[in-house]
Amino acid sequence: MTDLKQGLHTNYMVLNMGPSHPATHGTVKFLLTLDGETVVDCDVEIGYLHRGFEKMCENGTWCQVFPYTDRLNYNSAIINNVGYAMAVEKLLGIDIPERCKYIRVITSEIARLADHFTNIGAAALELGAFTAFLYFVEVRELMWELLEGVCGARLTSNYIRIGGLYRDLPSDFKERVKKAFTKSRSLYNDVDKLLTKNRIFLDRMRDVGAISSEEAIAYGFTGPCLRSCGVPYDVRKANPYLIYDQLDWMVPVGEKGDNFDRYLVRMEEIIQSMRIVEQALKGIPDGPINIDDPRIRLPAKDYVYTSMEELIDHFKVVTEGIKPPKGEIYFAVEGANGELGFYLVSDGGGKPVKCRVRAPCFAITQAMPRMVKGGLIADIIPTFDMINLIGGECDR
Amino acid sequence: MGIEKILGDNIILTQLNKIVNWARKYSFFLYPFITACCGMEFMSVAGPRYDLDRFGAALPRFSPRQADLMMVVGTISHKQAPILVKVYNQMAEPKWVLSYGVCACSGGFYNNYATVQGIDTLIPVDIYIPGCPPRPEMVLDGLIKLQKKVAEERFSDWPKGASPVAGV
Amino acid sequence: MSEDGVTIKRLRDKFPDSIIESHSFRGDDTVIIKKEDIVEVCRFLRDEKGLAYNFMMDLTVVDYLNIREEPRFEVVYHLYSLEHNHRVRIKAPVSESDCSIDSIISLWIGANWFEREAYDMYGIIFKGHPDIRRILLYKEFKGHPLRKDYPVQGRQPLIGPKN
Repeated sequence: MTDLKQGLHTNYMVLNMGPSHPATHGTVKFLLTLDGETVVDCDVEIGYLHRGFEKMCENGTWCQVFPYTDRLNYNSAIINNVGYAMAVEKLLGIDIPERCKYIRVITSEIARLADHFTNIGAAALELGAFTAFLYFVEVRELMWELLEGVCGARLTSNYIRIGGLYRDLPSDFKERVKKAFTKSRSLYNDVDKLLTKNRIFLDRMRDVGAISSEEAIAYGFTGPCLRSCGVPYDVRKANPYLIYDQLDWMVPVGEKGDNFDRYLVRMEEIIQSMRIVEQALKGIPDGPINIDDPRIRLPAKDYVYTSMEELIDHFKVVTEGIKPPKGEIYFAVEGANGELGFYLVSDGGGKPVKCRVRAPCFAITQAMPRMVKGGLIADIIPTFDMINLIGGECDR
Repeated sequence: MGIEKILGDNIILTQLNKIVNWARKYSFFLYPFITACCGMEFMSVAGPRYDLDRFGAALPRFSPRQADLMMVVGTISHKQAPILVKVYNQMAEPKWVLSYGVCACSGGFYNNYATVQGIDTLIPVDIYIPGCPPRPEMVLDGLIKLQKKVAEERFSDWPKGASPVAGV
Repeated sequence: MSEDGVTIKRLRDKFPDSIIESHSFRGDDTVIIKKEDIVEVCRFLRDEKGLAYNFMMDLTVVDYLNIREEPRFEVVYHLYSLEHNHRVRIKAPVSESDCSIDSIISLWIGANWFEREAYDMYGIIFKGHPDIRRILLYKEFKGHPLRKDYPVQGRQPLIGPKN
């Protein structure tokens, strides 16, 4: 073999993968240096979906931030809503009614389900398993139908408000969830059979993109990607918020931290999220969904139209915005990709001075070069799928 | 197109026009230029429930050279803009552009330093579908409207040439 | 809460001269330190037993233009300890005239992109960072958009008209 290579002019090839590439279901560019098919170097270029989230938030009132948070991780918009609302509530130092907490948990977990279904479905599609994609898109459709019944929008929900919710659950929500989950479980089992022991899928996923737990922590991994390395860190368990500590559920962890473990962790989280929703629906109490404080939460429309006091409150909240005290807080919830933290700074005025999002996939994406170096170019696809880069969240 | 050269100003031309347009409108080959949130809805539109295939626009071609309908799905930032123009110029004529979602139509509520205020400042757009994101039904409606538009085109409408914005 | 106080106390014992101020608002422990000591403080927080802040969760900058006098910027670090399940916020004021701070990439490799983003958005130079360049915006972009004096609609298109 050495004789053949003598005098042969070989060189590294530089290849642009993206930013508009069918397999990178987000806009990201990999600048690859290749030795044959082996990746020697990789530079990840992000920012193609930078939409100025923070600048827009700083120029709106505290309530006007919600639509922008929807479009961070657009697969699981409600989790972002919850994270931001709870951050502002922490800044204000208020507590919300019990029923509101339950509804927030239920809707967050349905959003998480939709996110995981999309992620696995898209990953399967890109690895050639088209049937699994169709099944999971159908399940996601069921989840979105549930959310549509709650808030009127399929994807970008804008459902949570500071100190409450946009509106209550529909009266037949329990039956709807039961029906949707029965169908989802059956489709989930089909996909499980199609993928989990599928030889092609296993070969593409197993031992690819592995990372050790020490390295994952140094890179700032959170969420399913960290748990697949065997670290059971979940914000819902570590710093329980809402009612997560009252429910019975488990944190699945992996062993090797490779793509297949990430896939398995997500598949198991789907089961756990369904359990959370069912338990929360069983224990949901009656009562108000909004706090009774006209300086923070808009009064009900009926009163606004009929009473002077409420009209003034409504007018003041809308025009001036709520006014949290001077200070700064950091609050994290468990997003679908990991720790979704909000860092808010207030100067006591109607607009945030700073509204920073700690995006989980931003930290994970920067480990892409580490995970793909030395592997084959085809291994980039499953690795990239399993870190679940969401452009809106990563680039903000 | 060579047909118009061969036939010249013949009376048969209008009929042939119709046949060609009929064929064109039911066989769109998409290039989904997916950037943002609307891409999630696009997956639904192409998925089993809404099934874009019914309208003959099922098969996404991920090479612009093979596609004739460019769907711009999602926000176009200024960093992305040169790529959009480049991909548009790479597509072979006849080609159509569908602006999917309010960000692509007008920039939406991202009126800031990072976002292009509507892709029509960069490339010609045939049909706008507003909504954030638009519901799948709206997309299907938009596609049918585009089909109607295609049915009324004349051969002399083509070629339209490269994007008026200077390429990079 | 008692354990959270430990972090501030330990820092006060170890670095009496570097701490400018410390407070705890809504349970968030915050320590404001001199920017020269950021690497040492972070190393202590990471390696010291009993503190073990092994996660660098977030790094960002706040611009206090028109809110207070110099120093204009504050680099904000959020650290988290997996072992003890506690968090701390470290802040280092940076003035506009000397817009730089030491990089902590030697402690957490994950700080790489966060520092690049802070540079991109606020123009803070991280000394010792191996590859400080724009990350979210393009290299032709002039200025730093999240500074308070940058206009919201200050578009700098690469191609096409300005609006």
